[in-house]
Amino acid sequence: MSTETGTSYDVDQTRTMTMREAIREAIREELARDDDVFLMGEDVGRFGGVLEVTAGLLDEFGDDRVRDTPISEAGFMGAGIGAAATGTRPVVEIMFSDFLGVCSEQVMNQMAKMRYMFGGKTEMPITVRTTEGGGMGAASQHSGTVHTWFAHFPGLLAVTPGTPAAAKGLLKSAIRSDDPVFFFENKMTYEQQGEVPVDEDFTLPLGEARVEREGDDVTVVASQRLVGESLDVAEDLAGDVSVEVIDVRSLYPLDTDTLVGSLEKTGRMVVADESPLSYGVHAEVMARMMENAFFSLDAPIQRVGVPDTHIPFSPALEGEVLPSADDVRTAVERIA
Amino acid sequence: MVAIDIETEDGRREALRRMLTIRAFDSAASDLFADGEIPGFVHLYIGEEAVATGACAALEEQDYITSTHRGHGHCIAKGLDPTFMMAELYGKRDGYCNGKGGSMHIADVDAGMLGANGIVGAGPPLATGAALTAQLKGEDRIALAFFGDGAVAQGQVHEAINLAATWDLPAIFLVENNQFGEGTPVDEQHNVQALSETAEAYDIPGFSIDGMDVTAVYEAVGEARERAASGAGPTFIEAETYRFRGHFEGDQQPYREEEDVAVWRDRDPVESFKARLVERGELTDEEFEAMRESADEEIEEAVEYARDAADPAPEEAYDDMFATVVPEIEQFAARMRADGGAER
Repeated sequence: MSTETGTSYDVDQTRTMTMREAIREAIREELARDDDVFLMGEDVGRFGGVLEVTAGLLDEFGDDRVRDTPISEAGFMGAGIGAAATGTRPVVEIMFSDFLGVCSEQVMNQMAKMRYMFGGKTEMPITVRTTEGGGMGAASQHSGTVHTWFAHFPGLLAVTPGTPAAAKGLLKSAIRSDDPVFFFENKMTYEQQGEVPVDEDFTLPLGEARVEREGDDVTVVASQRLVGESLDVAEDLAGDVSVEVIDVRSLYPLDTDTLVGSLEKTGRMVVADESPLSYGVHAEVMARMMENAFFSLDAPIQRVGVPDTHIPFSPALEGEVLPSADDVRTAVERIA
Repeated sequence: MVAIDIETEDGRREALRRMLTIRAFDSAASDLFADGEIPGFVHLYIGEEAVATGACAALEEQDYITSTHRGHGHCIAKGLDPTFMMAELYGKRDGYCNGKGGSMHIADVDAGMLGANGIVGAGPPLATGAALTAQLKGEDRIALAFFGDGAVAQGQVHEAINLAATWDLPAIFLVENNQFGEGTPVDEQHNVQALSETAEAYDIPGFSIDGMDVTAVYEAVGEARERAASGAGPTFIEAETYRFRGHFEGDQQPYREEEDVAVWRDRDPVESFKARLVERGELTDEEFEAMRESADEEIEEAVEYARDAADPAPEEAYDDMFATVVPEIEQFAARMRADGGAER
């Protein structure tokens, strides 16, 4: 869908970096490239972000461009929307995705609807970055994965990178996009390392999935943390089961063609996404496979996710509900 | 068209003309709604004309406003064309929003009008954002949020004012206290005597003015604009006014007595301003009647235009969702059709 350049990248010119560094570099490069871009959120400046994603940016760009906000998500989300409608490109950080409910009026009725209700007479170039996911013992109000809400709501784009390269390329495209983009970072992936192109013009189109590992027997469509875990499973199973792993990357738009192409090849599919299982990403991927590739299916599509619970505090409980590599392996083996 | 120098005789006449245009527009909308010509909900501004007119007269053309669900007056005061406003009320393609917004969502960002709004209290955060753009870009441009007394109970309004105050943004927060939040009197919704007292919490100037007096509004907003543009931050103004019509057209208004309405009708902002101009020798009764007829004619022409204007084509319902096309919308829409649409 995007007009951005660069659907693939040259591995000769990459650097190993973490997801956290890749995201920070994407923001830094876009702040440097375009004076209309600015960052705001709770503790993004002096503190450097509670998970240190934005560390150093205040020193480099000053407090006009990197703005610490009061703890008032509705106020500063609304301000970001008003700013976007009048000629700037805000990058708004919501510290934990669970807090998005606090500002949902501004997101649902203003950000998502202004362009449509105004008959196309405004752009809405805002990017909302937020962290999702369990695994830190942070309990239910700091561990949720809510991206389904935003992928479902008309008028918003939703991105879920599974690798540092995807994070950098997609975040740069999100910031350059004239549409509102929600950028969901899984907090357990911040230390994940990967090769990232060094070229400052490297971007990835919003709405394209990527086959991270080719395989013939089972397709695993994964997002965020589960991309890495699915790749590990594929490696472990190599020789017994040939697993194709796709980083879905973008939930809306969703790259139906790449997923269908893979299912037509393997005939089997697992959908792995760390969100509640009912009515979500899993269901949408399955629905599109039914609509487009029903006769390619050799087995029922399997889903791996959170069994419709909140994320509990105790490590003994948290590990139970969070989808893991073992869950992916079990699902693959069930249909292989 | 926006700024008026109300210090001059020509300016005062222009302000009166503008109030009459708003009155004519909403009187017509009232009739057309009653006749079933206009779909949806219609919330009229009759009685409050002095607020929008005085405020927008004190703004510069490049300034932004945000509005409410009762937005027709703000639109006209900000310089929008009643013809395309009326076409929007009719849901026509030529309306300001191509028929997608209707009465409650008329907007023209290029004219600095960031939208009427169906959500009570949603405008102030947007105005804070527009003011933030002005500050970031170093532009001589401010943002004024119109909102109602009901919205003062909304959390996001306070967040927006706090943010604008903390960052010294060039913003004005203008409460139109029309005495009712939907069907509940203002004193049953707030504990403070004057809504402007809330400004104290943000350490910004706050005062209440007579919202039935167009010059009082003009002067207050003019001062607030100067303050905003100088970098001294936002001002909170409460304009006391009165909603002559119900919350929406068709509202049976069990929450008030006709005698109470009559008290405020005696202070009609259009008639009282006219009386002052006549008293000053700046206007005759005949000139006023001619002005009123001219406003009525302009709106009659707008209605004729709107009636004859083309409806949007049904497939235009799928336009304008995104700046960059997503494949989903077209594909899903196609599959709804009898032939099942195109393949994926």
